[in-house]
Amino acid sequence: MDGTTHTAHGWTVAGRHFASRLVVGTGKYKDLETTAAAIEASGAEMVTVAVRRVNLSDRKAPMLQDFVDPQRYTYLPNTAGCFTADEAVRTLRLAREAGGWNLVKLEVLGPQPTLYPDMAATLLAAEALIKDRFEVMVYCSDDPVAAKRLEEMGCVAIMPLGAPIGSGLGVQNPLMIQMIIENAKVPVLVDAGVGTAWDAAYAMELGCDAVLVNSAIAMADDPVKMAVAMKHGVIAGRLAYEAGRIPRKNYASASSPMTGLIR
Amino acid sequence: MRFLQSLALQPRFQGPIIRVMSQTTEQISLSVNGEALQVPTGTTLAGLVTIMELDTRKLAVERNLEIVPRSQYAATLLAAGDTLEIVHFVGGG
Repeated sequence: MDGTTHTAHGWTVAGRHFASRLVVGTGKYKDLETTAAAIEASGAEMVTVAVRRVNLSDRKAPMLQDFVDPQRYTYLPNTAGCFTADEAVRTLRLAREAGGWNLVKLEVLGPQPTLYPDMAATLLAAEALIKDRFEVMVYCSDDPVAAKRLEEMGCVAIMPLGAPIGSGLGVQNPLMIQMIIENAKVPVLVDAGVGTAWDAAYAMELGCDAVLVNSAIAMADDPVKMAVAMKHGVIAGRLAYEAGRIPRKNYASASSPMTGLIR
Repeated sequence: MRFLQSLALQPRFQGPIIRVMSQTTEQISLSVNGEALQVPTGTTLAGLVTIMELDTRKLAVERNLEIVPRSQYAATLLAAGDTLEIVHFVGGG
């Protein structure tokens, strides 16, 4: 039996089913050809995208949708660059008009250098968006109380950060991530902070439903190879979680029988 | 934006947009994505999108902070001082 068989059931958010537990961002790549190749290699079915002004002085510039087909991949519009609830709501209303879908990623960030989620503003924006019939996947702090509140408000997925955006530090607070997972009735994704395949595997071993990765793939020396590594990392981590790890012990336990030894 | 202003002044762009509206070639000023732009009086949003040769597949337009549904582009007559935001999807995390 291979990994595909074991993880074939995938995960479901807001009634949409995904076989791949890896969600990838489409930002920071050196060009759109590399973006397309890396996303293909990652096996991801959902990709995050940003909403920005059309470049009026270079209208023939290549467009994301020509390289990453919205028919094939589920576009998850984000609110990157929004620092207030109003900006986030305005941005996602435009995204809904542009794309025609309600499933969105809400992120309201605090200032540099942490870009840590601004939870007060995030809660306000989530409330307004849910009232406006959006299905909100929400980027948030690794705070179990805030995560539960977002879930109770009606957010369809909770996405705590593993570490600051683009830091590549991996999951810094596994205890809190695990608490969020154990108490959630909606999917939990670790979003932000993944640096390499091990970080993705570790997040999955904690019991996440999926992992969201952008910088670690886009900024790798070889993004396509890293995309493949992430794909396998996520599968390995999920399988390990489902298989159930052995308890940690502070003493040795021989792997080979201690009987039948030659004399 | 200078070339757009000149585009808007060329007769081939004015024809279908203003012929039925008026005989005048009076211009109105708009703000489009933060840039000043002149278009003939009577230009509709559909006309503006055509003038700008925009790819409308995954586009959204906000006019004075109100989203204009795609179905309303042709019926939306632009007025002097309108502030438009025209957005689409780009790479992001």
